[in-house]
Amino acid sequence: MFEIFASLGEALALIGGADPALAGIVVLSLELSLAAAVAGAAIGLPLGALIAVGRFPGRRTLIVTLNALLGLPSVVVGLVVYLLLSRAGPLGSLGILFTPAAIVVAQTLLVAPIVAALARQVAEDAWREYEEQLTSLGVSRLRAVPTILWDARFSLLTVVLAGFGRAASEVGAVMIVGGNIDGVTRVMTTAIALETSKGDLPLALALGAILILVVLAVNAGVFAIREWSARRHG
Amino acid sequence: MAERASFLVEARGVSVALGGTLALDRASLRLEPGPRTVVLGANGAGKSVLLRTLHGLIAPTAGVVAWGDVDGRPARQAMVFQRPVMLRRSALANIGYALAVNGVAEPQRSRRAAAALARVGLTALAGRPARVLSGGEQQRLALARAWSLEPEVLFLDEPTASLDPGATAEVERVIASFAAEGTRIVMTTHNLGQARRLADEIVFIHAGRVTERTAADRFFVQPGSTEASLFLQGEIPW
Ligand SMILES: Nc1ncnc2c1ncn2[C@@H]1O[C@H](COP(=O)(O)OP(=O)(O)OP(=O)(O)O)[C@@H](O)[C@H]1O
Ligand SMILES: [Mg+2]
Repeated sequence: MFEIFASLGEALALIGGADPALAGIVVLSLELSLAAAVAGAAIGLPLGALIAVGRFPGRRTLIVTLNALLGLPSVVVGLVVYLLLSRAGPLGSLGILFTPAAIVVAQTLLVAPIVAALARQVAEDAWREYEEQLTSLGVSRLRAVPTILWDARFSLLTVVLAGFGRAASEVGAVMIVGGNIDGVTRVMTTAIALETSKGDLPLALALGAILILVVLAVNAGVFAIREWSARRHG
Repeated sequence: MAERASFLVEARGVSVALGGTLALDRASLRLEPGPRTVVLGANGAGKSVLLRTLHGLIAPTAGVVAWGDVDGRPARQAMVFQRPVMLRRSALANIGYALAVNGVAEPQRSRRAAAALARVGLTALAGRPARVLSGGEQQRLALARAWSLEPEVLFLDEPTASLDPGATAEVERVIASFAAEGTRIVMTTHNLGQARRLADEIVFIHAGRVTERTAADRFFVQPGSTEASLFLQGEIPW
């Protein structure tokens, strides 16, 4: 028990001293997770809305596939991305394995299905409300997709946030495709795993505390935006 | 040369089955350019379904809905719903959106949107988010949005159902002025005073069937069907 408190004290000292190595890891983590959340949203939001609003062959298959992807073990995603990006793989010529770019690719693959599935739910609710009115105005289903995405923008912010959280908390896939190289691809989660296994609990704890703080701060920000928008836009 | 259709829209023996009930039962109605039509009938008679079917939102289970042509194209139409849905943007942008979707480019789009708002007296609220407007303001905005599309036929489903007397009078004034400019009005209401004020002719519906179509001044004195006279006496016709 005492050990935890001692580690906690050292962890606070690390955070308070703004340790440069620590700061580098934190910044890299945030950058990569943000990039993955943006890329995942760029794929997932239109896809989710299209599935909600559209009537096309293969729609059901797409829904089932998407739901299956939700439960995909992240190490498997890591493995597949590893195989694709490895020197002998089809995308090996890109030479991005063990770089931050590879991490973003793996995280995006994990984020996109989550965003798509949640966005579909939001878009379906909106479409139920809007369908008759939009159809009456002469809006096609395809044209309705951007309309719905824009109108549900504040709810969808929460969806993208869930994607960001998924990316920021990912360990397995990031470890496999990034390699946890110090100063290059070491992010908060892989650093925590490494430092814990090495027994450096203060550093692991400091990173864990920052990870939680960051997630809390982002959530609070999104919550504030939603409150404000609800008051302003109804 | 093909004969020019003399009607704007026509339902021929239209039946609509919804959730196991026959909401419309072989309804026929031909709407020529001209008079203001008010559709009357008890709750659940099929008024809303008739309007939605004519407007093209519901596909008939049997029968046909045909749109006559004006200058070689189907008549333009718009509909105002009892509870209009507004998009999460300003009042002005809601009209701009409808115009954009219908291929109206700038600078006409902004000009027409502003003119439509002015038409219903909402210019002062142009920048206000549409969904926080009051019920009456939203109803007028819906009228402006529909009018901006320059419809030849305008369907209105209980356009004043939840409005106070002042807002109701305002909406009636706007509808009457649209009609005076040549827009074909087809509306429903449960406000018989409103029907008297706005209707040139009454279409009466009972249990999904069009039981009569009578000039308004005749209808209120001497309706042509038993169901309608019971309805006017405030009795429930079943
Ligand atoms: N989506 C639907 N599913 C099942 N039944 C429906 C649906 N829409 C309408 N109906 C039924 O069709 C019939 C006609 O409905 P409609 O809405 O046209 O009535 P109305 O004349 O407009 O009544 P009100 O005066 O109450 O508005 C009713 O019996 C109603 O229950
Ligand atoms: Mg109705």
